[in-house]
Amino acid sequence: MSALLEIRGLDVVFDGFRAISGLDLSVEQGELRFLIGPNGAGKTTLIDVVTGLTRPAAGTVRFGGEELVGRREHEIVRLGVGRTFQTSVVFEELTVLENLDLAASFRRPLWSLLRRRRGASPAVERALSTTGLSGLAGQRAGILSHGQRQWLEIGMLIAQEPRLLLLDEPVAGMSLDERARTGELLTEIARDHTVIVVEHDMDFLRRYASQVTVLHEGAVLVEGSVEQVRADPRVQEVYLGRAREEAGDVVR
Amino acid sequence: MTAGGADVTARGADVTAEGADMAATAPVVVRQAPPEPARPRWSRLGGPAAFTATAVLVLVVAPLLLEPFRLGLLAKYLCYAIVALGIGLAWGQGGMLTLGQGVFFGLGGYAMGMYLKLHDAGGDLPDFMVWSGVEKLPALWAPFGNPVFALAMAVVVPVLVALALGTLVFRQRVRGAYFAILTQALAAALVILLVGQQGLTGGTNGLTNFFDIFGNDVAADTTQRGLYLTVAIVLGVLYLGAWQLVRSRFGRLLLAIRDGEDRVRFLGYDPATVKTVTFAMSAGMAGIAGALFVPVVGIISPALLGVVPSLELVVAVAVGGRYALAGAVLGAVVMGYARTYFSEELPDAWLYLQGALFILVMTLAPKGVAGLASGVAAGLRGRLARGRAAA
Repeated sequence: MSALLEIRGLDVVFDGFRAISGLDLSVEQGELRFLIGPNGAGKTTLIDVVTGLTRPAAGTVRFGGEELVGRREHEIVRLGVGRTFQTSVVFEELTVLENLDLAASFRRPLWSLLRRRRGASPAVERALSTTGLSGLAGQRAGILSHGQRQWLEIGMLIAQEPRLLLLDEPVAGMSLDERARTGELLTEIARDHTVIVVEHDMDFLRRYASQVTVLHEGAVLVEGSVEQVRADPRVQEVYLGRAREEAGDVVR
Repeated sequence: MTAGGADVTARGADVTAEGADMAATAPVVVRQAPPEPARPRWSRLGGPAAFTATAVLVLVVAPLLLEPFRLGLLAKYLCYAIVALGIGLAWGQGGMLTLGQGVFFGLGGYAMGMYLKLHDAGGDLPDFMVWSGVEKLPALWAPFGNPVFALAMAVVVPVLVALALGTLVFRQRVRGAYFAILTQALAAALVILLVGQQGLTGGTNGLTNFFDIFGNDVAADTTQRGLYLTVAIVLGVLYLGAWQLVRSRFGRLLLAIRDGEDRVRFLGYDPATVKTVTFAMSAGMAGIAGALFVPVVGIISPALLGVVPSLELVVAVAVGGRYALAGAVLGAVVMGYARTYFSEELPDAWLYLQGALFILVMTLAPKGVAGLASGVAAGLRGRLARGRAAA
């Protein structure tokens, strides 16, 4: 069986700087994969390439047999790839429900959007209950806290019903409680979705990760379970070379 | 949003239940939003009531009270209000600052003007062509002798031009100031084109000296009253259409694009398509306005559709409040009146006043008069709700 996402020989160059060089990566259907690595390892760039925001200099990105390189962002979403951003962007003027509804409606033809929304579709209801935002459905998204915004973004992603979810640092800037809630959310989503998570937070990784890919200087350094990765001397070296504290986190 | 009192109470209970539920599953500190102030029934009916009152005022009271000259002026402002409605849609809702609506207004106006000239000429050449030494009716003009064709073109041509421009520009992700400058350049270019083609367009003078419209004397009071009512009804219908659009999913999507175009792509929509369609709608409205303007005012010329008139309408929309359709319409009418009044009383002061007003609004009340009004209304509602809660 071929993987859901297959990346081969990827090169990304920004003004002469090689952000990703010769990267290969496969993610199977149903996996929950964590991408880690020191700053500048190319984690976000990798997500940007998959979602069409950045054009690679070379390489292929195949998703369910379709080539993604060269497609426009919204076309890739229509193929079933959804993503969140490091800094969450929700539409503040719209209510929580409207945000989710918009995310869920993209498959409708444009003319059918001319009608007004009546109630909430099952996909929207599901996203509301999964993220625990039901009580805030009628509120404008502008009043949400940072954590709630992230959940709303994840909820919008669920409402899109994608085959692959890419989450870019979902717990950055969150309080401890919010992290715990996000972790549960993640576990729940991973049950019936394929998910790739970029994360800096080692504690979060230890708690919720199963499969981990470590990136370093634009290429895959190590792949394996959390234990394998933590025990790998190369990973320790990479993190030791960067910052003792982070490395200590991995090793411990 | 527009829930009745009972609904809100029910939702309030729901919020508490949800909060408790969350606390049970995870120790989450949820910053719960304060419940929305209850909107009483009169407030929910406020919009339709205001619309009906305005319709009665415009359709019944104004024709009874205003002398023909003043009624004609109001008809002219209402034509501008139709353009303003389109600007409100494109700029206020969609974030497309269009400084060239005069182009579409002009295209609609010339289509109508061409029909009226041909109709008046009754098979001969229109007067200005004779003066310019044109001997044979240009092929471009011939089909405009048919009123249905001319009226259709007044809408179709602006829409097609906007679709073409939008497709070229929005797909390349040109936006903001670059889009604004582009539309303004288009307005300047059209003026040059019109002035240069004297024999085809009437040059600087444009198309004027109309006598007859659909068998009626254009200058007669009854005709002008009929035209006034037509303009008012067309504005009302377009307003309702735009209002419905803003409240639809499409309208929500448009707002989302205005506030985060790049994010919308990752929701699976192509912002270029949505923007192009909206821009074309606003162009169509401007075209309709132009076609109505010509028989009302009796002229269409390059001076009426260039950079300055286009800008003045944008200023009017900004002053009235671009985020509310009613603000855009009101702005156009009020600024039209102000312009007439000050041009009569203090002809030199108007330009400065207009500029000062624009700066004042932009710095102190960026949401315009409509924004101020809704701020006051929200404040009153909040006070009422608190009063009720205390009692």
